[in-house]
Amino acid sequence: MKGKRAFKLSLIIAVLIVAIIFFAAAISLTLGSLPALKEFGWKFFFSKEWDPVSDRFGALPFLVGTLLTSFLALIISLPLSLSISILLGEYMKNGRFSSTVKSLVDLIAAVPSVIYGFWGLEVLVPFVRNLEIKFGIVPYGVGIFTASLILSFMIIPNTASLAREVIELVPGDLKEAAYSLGATRYEVIKKVTLPYARSGILAGILLSLGRALGETMAVTMVIGNNNNIPKNLFYPANTMASVIANEFTEATGDIYYSSLIAIGFALFLVTALFGILGRYIINKTTIKIAK
Amino acid sequence: MKGIRLRILKDRAFKFAIYLLSLLSLTPLFLIMFYTFRKGLKAINLQFLTHLPKPVGVEGGGISNAIVGTFLLVTIASAISIPVGVWAGIYLSENKRSWISEFLRITVDILQAIPSIVIGIIAYLWVVKPMGRFSALSGGIALAIMMLPIVVRNTEEVLRLIPPYLKEASLALGVPYHRTIIKVIIPAGIPGIVSGILLGISRIAGETAPLLFTAFGNQFMNWNIMKPVNALPLLIFNYAMSPYDEWKRLAWGASVVLILLVLAGNIISRMVAKKWKVQF
Amino acid sequence: MESTILKTENLSAYYGEVKVLKSISLSFAENKVTAILGPSGCGKSTFIRCLNRMHELVDGAKVEGRVLLRGQDVYSMESTIVRRKIGMVFQKPNPFPTMSIYDNVIAGYKLNSIKLKKTEADEIVEGSLKKAALWDEVKNYLHKKGTFLSGGQQQRLCIARALAMKPEVLLLDEPTSALDPKATAKIEELMEELKKTVTIVLVTHNIGQASRISDYTAFLYLGELVEFGPTQKVFTVPRDKRTEEYLIGKIG
Repeated sequence: MKGKRAFKLSLIIAVLIVAIIFFAAAISLTLGSLPALKEFGWKFFFSKEWDPVSDRFGALPFLVGTLLTSFLALIISLPLSLSISILLGEYMKNGRFSSTVKSLVDLIAAVPSVIYGFWGLEVLVPFVRNLEIKFGIVPYGVGIFTASLILSFMIIPNTASLAREVIELVPGDLKEAAYSLGATRYEVIKKVTLPYARSGILAGILLSLGRALGETMAVTMVIGNNNNIPKNLFYPANTMASVIANEFTEATGDIYYSSLIAIGFALFLVTALFGILGRYIINKTTIKIAK
Repeated sequence: MKGIRLRILKDRAFKFAIYLLSLLSLTPLFLIMFYTFRKGLKAINLQFLTHLPKPVGVEGGGISNAIVGTFLLVTIASAISIPVGVWAGIYLSENKRSWISEFLRITVDILQAIPSIVIGIIAYLWVVKPMGRFSALSGGIALAIMMLPIVVRNTEEVLRLIPPYLKEASLALGVPYHRTIIKVIIPAGIPGIVSGILLGISRIAGETAPLLFTAFGNQFMNWNIMKPVNALPLLIFNYAMSPYDEWKRLAWGASVVLILLVLAGNIISRMVAKKWKVQF
Repeated sequence: MESTILKTENLSAYYGEVKVLKSISLSFAENKVTAILGPSGCGKSTFIRCLNRMHELVDGAKVEGRVLLRGQDVYSMESTIVRRKIGMVFQKPNPFPTMSIYDNVIAGYKLNSIKLKKTEADEIVEGSLKKAALWDEVKNYLHKKGTFLSGGQQQRLCIARALAMKPEVLLLDEPTSALDPKATAKIEELMEELKKTVTIVLVTHNIGQASRISDYTAFLYLGELVEFGPTQKVFTVPRDKRTEEYLIGKIG
């Protein structure tokens, strides 16, 4: 039957297109990074010299910037997102209020990051600057701390949604058994619900982390665009994503340009890894719970 | 019974902490939305929506070119990602266990995890560099790469939920397999598929990073997809980082427009899923 | 004299390595109702799905032997053509949820892009719905979607849909097991009229139903054809012990 064959062929073509996009992306990034990697070798990621004038580039400051902002953001956001997920999964499971809160969490994720960045620039930065003046720190306003603050808020939905789903899936009879032994709600959550939902929460954290590592706009707008390793958390810096955003259109010369691509390639590899890991854990969790 | 009193205290304190922290989590959202709307609503009027931005220092002006640009970019991205995405999603739902499907799902997961700025680099390498200039086309392609995984996963999920007896009913009437999929299964899945597409569009309409070195931005109105084009997020970024109050005013107005657009997309998406819902 | 319109010769069916039907040879008389009776898991559904080539749609399914429709091997024909000549109604009513009642009846034509003039289509819709005893109940609602109908009405809609294709044989796979007694009775009433225009093969686990409406009965047990004959004979003087045990409720 001609129709059937044509249809099946069209499906395969679509699948091929997606696969080709993926492979071509990986290849383009690899090829684009080669000149820089050939020039500097693996030391590229450990050198802190970023000098367009002498064409010497090292990505260490940006790795530090990325790691600092991402982990700090994660630490700040974790209690917040866990609270929301416990709220929606235990205390407020149904009802109008519950769906309102759920919608609000979705809204956090839906707001474009450039708007977070704009608000961060106009409101958060002056606020942090005042704080810094009070504490006798150099009042940049911008810097790692400010970027981490904004970032921590933006990644709340990632952990919150996944953790809530897993918490909701904790079998009722397990909890009932604990209650019938006289446990308080807090104790049930602490000793039954959370341990059971552990891997789902972990997957959510991985997703948040992956998101934080790659977040560009909000961070770029409040981190201060400084290509050196920051002296402390209140110092301006740059992340892997923000240096690309700031300098890609001005890069002159193959090595400069290739160095930025190499940084992008590193981001690609790391976030790809997190994506696969997160998905793997989610699958294992849902299978375990389905049983 | 001091032990019990302590435990009950802990229980109450915990509940209080949970509620407090949750409120704290949502507070920035309210702050940001109120601030944005307060600053942005006063900038919006008919002139704002229909005029081009004026040069620095001149009063007035609007964001019309950014609105047009966003529209162009979303259209290009949709034109590419919808057919490919839906079709790939159909393949996945019809071939649940083949190794090709497993591989494709992993691929789609990775594509979804890639930071948007890196996708901008990819589109730059593929389109801007060979073409020798920035263009709406390259921006649209970057956004298409971002929208593709969303469409694929959503389509697969929607089609998986369709009960198998629908397919059986059609096949038993002597309808060939491919027609069964196209004329029976897909129509049953349309509400979910469209809803997912709308969510994808809302998502990419707000993206800035992939456009920084593809669409690049443009002071003037441009309908030519081979040339650089402005877009709402780009305008916001550029004007926000500028020192000019007049431009910042435009940026706030554009922020409100963008948020309303994204909100509308999400709400319409939910309505479509509900109102057109197919009863099985 | 009755003629055989459909028969199987040594029909065996497999799911992967598991043989679920063991060399069944059975003949169906034209314009009669033949019931396929047996306990759950005996292979009755698998059997009729081999008749209209639905069995092969399952991953790893295999068929051996022959199925002859008026002498022609069904497995040498285009499967889609076979399914238009041998229609099927399923256990759970499955009208197309996105189509109106009218469109559901002629769905077989629409989905196959067979063009019908409006008058032709109207005739087919009315005729099929009348044969399925549903016309009076829905004639004023033809353009509403079928999902508002009751279970029994939906099933009659599915029967009309199958009949619209003017099949030679109609396979009914436990058509009333998901319906209430009233709806069941209505469908059983249909069969007497229906068999005048089409040959009916009815799979059922309901002994009473088989005895009420079928002319011939085949008893299947663990994939084997244990007994076959005119219904009255099979029910009153079964030849095989297993048949007897099934009829009195000892097995199945």
